[in-house]
Amino acid sequence: MKPCRSMLYIPGDSPGMIQHAPVFGADSILLDLEDAVAIAEKDAARKMVACFLQDYDFKDLIVTVRVNGADTEFFDDDLSEIIPCLPAAVRIPKCNGPADVLSADKKIEEIERANSIPVGKVRIHAMIETAVGVENAYHIASACPRVEAITLGGQDLTADMGVKKTKEGWELFYARSRVVVAARAAGVAVYDTVWADINDKEGLLRECRSIVGLGFTGKAAIHPDQIETIHQAFMPDEKELKKAVRIVEAAEKAKNEGKGVISVDGKMVDAPVVARARHLLELADLYGLERSGS
Amino acid sequence: MEMVLNSLGRKVPLELSGAGSFSPYASPYAMLGRPGAFGGTRIQLRRPMPSRSKIVENIEKAVELSGLQNGMTISFHHHLRNGDAVMPMVLDVLEKMGFKGLTLAPSSIPDVHDCIADYIRSGLINRLYTSGVRGELGKLLSRGELEIPVVIRSHGGRARGIEEGSISIDVAFLAAPACDPLGNITGSTGPSACGSMGYAMTDARYARHVIAITDNLVDYPLNPRISIPQYLVDSIVCVESLGDPKKIATGAARITRNPVDLKIARDSFLLMKASGIVERGFSFQMGVGGASLAVAKYLAEYMREKGIRGSFGLGGVGGYLAGMLEEGLFDAVFDVQSFDSAVTKSIHEDPRHIEIDSSWYANPFNAGCLVNNLDCVILAALEVDCDFNVNVLTGHDGALRGASGGHQDTAAGAKLSIVAAPSFRGGVPSIKERVTTITTPGETVDAIVTERGICINPRREDLLGSALKAGLPVVDIEALKEEVEKLTGVPRPPEFDCDKIAAVVEYRDGTLIDTVYARKQ
Repeated sequence: MKPCRSMLYIPGDSPGMIQHAPVFGADSILLDLEDAVAIAEKDAARKMVACFLQDYDFKDLIVTVRVNGADTEFFDDDLSEIIPCLPAAVRIPKCNGPADVLSADKKIEEIERANSIPVGKVRIHAMIETAVGVENAYHIASACPRVEAITLGGQDLTADMGVKKTKEGWELFYARSRVVVAARAAGVAVYDTVWADINDKEGLLRECRSIVGLGFTGKAAIHPDQIETIHQAFMPDEKELKKAVRIVEAAEKAKNEGKGVISVDGKMVDAPVVARARHLLELADLYGLERSGS
Repeated sequence: MEMVLNSLGRKVPLELSGAGSFSPYASPYAMLGRPGAFGGTRIQLRRPMPSRSKIVENIEKAVELSGLQNGMTISFHHHLRNGDAVMPMVLDVLEKMGFKGLTLAPSSIPDVHDCIADYIRSGLINRLYTSGVRGELGKLLSRGELEIPVVIRSHGGRARGIEEGSISIDVAFLAAPACDPLGNITGSTGPSACGSMGYAMTDARYARHVIAITDNLVDYPLNPRISIPQYLVDSIVCVESLGDPKKIATGAARITRNPVDLKIARDSFLLMKASGIVERGFSFQMGVGGASLAVAKYLAEYMREKGIRGSFGLGGVGGYLAGMLEEGLFDAVFDVQSFDSAVTKSIHEDPRHIEIDSSWYANPFNAGCLVNNLDCVILAALEVDCDFNVNVLTGHDGALRGASGGHQDTAAGAKLSIVAAPSFRGGVPSIKERVTTITTPGETVDAIVTERGICINPRREDLLGSALKAGLPVVDIEALKEEVEKLTGVPRPPEFDCDKIAAVVEYRDGTLIDTVYARKQ
């Protein structure tokens, strides 16, 4: 899977913003039919997002759509109109447990079959934004193969926990750690919540560095101006990159020579380390960094 | 009327009844590089009796003393921006006094002065020289209602025209934010303070008669700053107000939050950086709108981080550039026209903030104007075309709605001229096969930066190499045009009545670069 560091939120009822989506350098976008769209505009936004998905050239952007929650009257219509337009994934809000994911999976499968789309083509990004959702994170992430990622919704989660969302983010520390571990255990991607203060780039960079350190694979952005900062935090450092090159070269060599044991700088290297090194090299490609390892 | 094709393939007249004869545009530098001095207007001498006060009771009296006659040329400056009440005030008096057939030659016309359309209809004004027109006046001129076509000049071109004599100002009416009883004037203090008076300085120097109009008469001598000295001013009229202080003293323009403009600004800055010009001693000019101002934000961050100190900023100066001067990012700022009130304090108090006249700024026919020393200029555009020509004058409907300003002057002078513009606005593409009107020739434009990529003029192979090396999103202009047209479609070009010329556009050297026809009714 191509590394996806940033996911830019774009209101589904804003054609002016959607048409510019490919120019900001985000790895992916999320066309939002949920919180960003007023009740009276739900139908119009759904139709517009469907039109854009069918006719607009988003270039190499990964395009996902956040549908309204299963507890709303819009959920079924959102899925039936959006799934046939083949977004890379739909984001399902407020997943409290595996049942929420499986219910959406079933509905999506029916729509795929009815439209002759290979089953499993449109993936699910399951959004975790309640305390119970956090506690069930692994079961949500591993509910079915359609789940490609889980995402943390910080605003709703802090509200659910009855605490204030702060810039320091200690109130989310446990939830973040738990969600990341769950995602890694299930082998899916994991996106962090948005940084709300678009004027505070230093704060954003600090938070990004911290969530990269925790193991998140990407972060949501609410303004195009945040994308560069998010990418900056994901950039591999030079020393790490050099080592990654040596690890991948050693792994290739071992494979060619039919050896099971990989050794770098005289030390044994395990498969997860090789996988991480490969991921770093893919990231490096996104930054146009030179691989000058050996 | 004899029309010829200029070197850009545009039909231009050789002679216009009532407006004189012209040469066709040949190249940006065709008229330059010729040794020796030539012609030019002299300061007009006067022989008044010695006096301790030049104050007269009202505008009517001042006009009588000036000897203004029907058919003569009057001028105004546009430093009071949209707050200016002086031009309507004076035109109203002239109308009541029964004048006819005057030539109006202001430095430019603020957006709010739709009243000029009425004075054209009444016959008070029958010729117009300006940098730009907008609003109702633009529509009226685009219908071909003015018998003699408007002559559009850049700021440098107007200074050249005044100094060479092709614009001969009989009476200059100068709105004066601070004035003493003998006519020493500045724009940097007073309730109607506007900052620099660069355009007015040139008018005052060469007009046959100068009338200052002030709402702030100060004790003699005005100090410490005098922008226009007393020996150029014939009479002074005191009025209650020069205009609306809120619109004269607008707050500092704020950096845009529009993500598309920010993307354009960022890429413009990255192109500047990639070109290698951002180093100790570099010089810079930018506009104040949309993307241009935001370029300065990225530039300032970079200069701060790298400890780079520039030589000078030039303009059209807004609060942001004045702030960069205060911070020490530039050694000096040269200011021909201040864009907002944030500048007024800087020009008044900081000796490194230097007020310059329009000839010093951009006249190509003096011994060296400042635009020639620019390393980089960031410019805007209404339309561009695949030959990199720029239109800042006519809208997509073909109506006059812009101004030449310093666009062609700075583009010709700067080492790196970047046009920063969105690839479409309101569903209308900005990149055309051929622009409706050429105001700045593509030969002087190095790059066009849009949110969908950077187009580099093929003349600048070096720049293309630097941009590619820096990994910037370079795109072929034809390909970009096609990409945008996939989104917007191709608008039907405006239809013109080619028998009726509404305006001619001078290049800075006085040759004609294009003709604007009346729109088909």
